[in-house]
Amino acid sequence: MIPISWILFLSLSLFTIGIFGVLARRNLLFVLISLELMLNAVVIVFIAASRYHSASMANSDGQIMYLLVLALAASEIAVGLSLVIHMYRQHHHLDIDKLNKLRD
Amino acid sequence: MLDTVFIITAAIILISALLTITAHNVVHALLYLVVTMLAVSLIFFILGASFAAALQIIVYAGAIMVLFIFVTMMLHQGEKSLAQERHLFHFSTSITALVLSSILFCELTFILFLTPADASTNMVTAQSSPFITVKQIGVQLYGPYSLLVVISALMLLSALITAIHISKSPATIETNTEGNNL
Repeated sequence: MIPISWILFLSLSLFTIGIFGVLARRNLLFVLISLELMLNAVVIVFIAASRYHSASMANSDGQIMYLLVLALAASEIAVGLSLVIHMYRQHHHLDIDKLNKLRD
Repeated sequence: MLDTVFIITAAIILISALLTITAHNVVHALLYLVVTMLAVSLIFFILGASFAAALQIIVYAGAIMVLFIFVTMMLHQGEKSLAQERHLFHFSTSITALVLSSILFCELTFILFLTPADASTNMVTAQSSPFITVKQIGVQLYGPYSLLVVISALMLLSALITAIHISKSPATIETNTEGNNL
């Protein structure tokens, strides 16, 4: 059996990589990709928690939360990518530092 | 045996995630992201959640990646966008982000490995439960969690409507509003 601290370490490393991507990249598409990585890190913790649950009967709450996060990621990506397309149509680039006006 | 498989998979996840974040070409980043998703699904298999692993491959590595790749095909302009991206992201612009995220990493590892002894022993000695089958998940999902299904369906519907409305081209929206005003 794998120690749970290893899984938590993997998850926090992946989350930190995602945070670095959100902070460092200025392309909107890469920011969305980093958000996907951070959601994956959270999901790993959910699955590990449902596996290592100490109750006598099996607990599937973690996997149900995984399903919810999956639906959330799909809808978030749909809205985010449509915003990317809209931004590219208006500004012809994807630099989020240029978006400093409420309207043009 | 399982430990070595886990360590190799975790190394693949971390390396390909780093390559995803630091790539200049969007297509390369997406391919590394697919590798990350497949390795995460292998982690789920190791943890005994085979249904979640199958969903990870189908939805993340399938559907969401297809969305990303379609948008990249619409927007990518080859060498021009590559040069733009090299201008936007290089090492000297990301030092502050690197410092901040390494501080966060040190804090999290400190919390994880240097907690007081009684809390960490509770975590290690927790008994592992038997494998969870798809039937159990379905019974739970349509029994006590049925409100969650409705809420996620509403969320997907609203995301669909929002995506259609936002990505409509501005010219058609203007003509529609003009028609409404008249």
